[in-house]
Amino acid sequence: MINKQPVGAHYGWKDWMLQRVTAVVMVAFTIVILGFFMLHGSVSHAEWQQLFQNQLVRILALLFFLATFYHAWIGVRDVLMDYIKPLWVRLSLQVLVCLFLIVCSIWTVSILWGN
Amino acid sequence: MPGLVSIFHRITGVAMFLFLIPLTLIILQTTLQSEAGFAVWQGYFNNLLVKLILMGFVWAFMHHLFAGIRYLLLDLHIGVNKEPAQASAKVVLIAGLVATVIVAVRVW
Repeated sequence: MINKQPVGAHYGWKDWMLQRVTAVVMVAFTIVILGFFMLHGSVSHAEWQQLFQNQLVRILALLFFLATFYHAWIGVRDVLMDYIKPLWVRLSLQVLVCLFLIVCSIWTVSILWGN
Repeated sequence: MPGLVSIFHRITGVAMFLFLIPLTLIILQTTLQSEAGFAVWQGYFNNLLVKLILMGFVWAFMHHLFAGIRYLLLDLHIGVNKEPAQASAKVVLIAGLVATVIVAVRVW
C-alpha cells in the first residue's frame, strides 16, 4: 500500500532542511567572494578570467549557483503556495519556475566551462 | 518589526529570483567571454543610476541574508521569546542597511 499523506508531520521536512543547508553554502561562498573584492579592489579582465580558469573555483562557483537555484525553487514554490490559490495557475507557474531554474543550471555550466 | 523583516524576506527573495539570478549570469558570461564585454560592464558600473540599482540589490541580498540567519537561530530556539525576537528583528533591519552602506562606500 502506498500511503502518501499530503499533510501532517514530517512531510516537507527535507525541503526545510535543504533550504537551510543551501543557505549556509551560499553564506560561506558570499564571505569568500566579498572578502576577495574588499581586499583586491578593482580586478582586471585578465585576473578575472584567470580566477575562473582554476578548476576548484569553477566547481565551488557551480556549487554556489546550484545551491542558489534549489534555494530559490523552494522559496518561490512556498510563496506561490501561499498566494496563488487556483490549482492550475499555481501548477503552471511552478512548472515555469522549475524550467527556468533548470535552464539557469545548464547555462551556468556552459558559462563556467565553455570559455 | 518581525512582520516587516518577514515580508521583506519574501519580497527580496522573489525579486532576487526574478532579476538578480539572470543578471548575475549575464554579467558573469559577458565579463568572462571577452575583454570588450568586461569593459562594457565596467562602463555600466560607473553609471550612477546603475550603481543605485545595484545598491538596491545589495540591500535585498544583505537583508535576505541577515533575516535568514535570524530564522536559523530561531530554528535552534534561540531568541524565540517576544522581547529578544523583536530586538533581533531590529538588528536585522539595521544590519542590512549598514552592510549596504559599507559596500556602497567601497564601490564609490
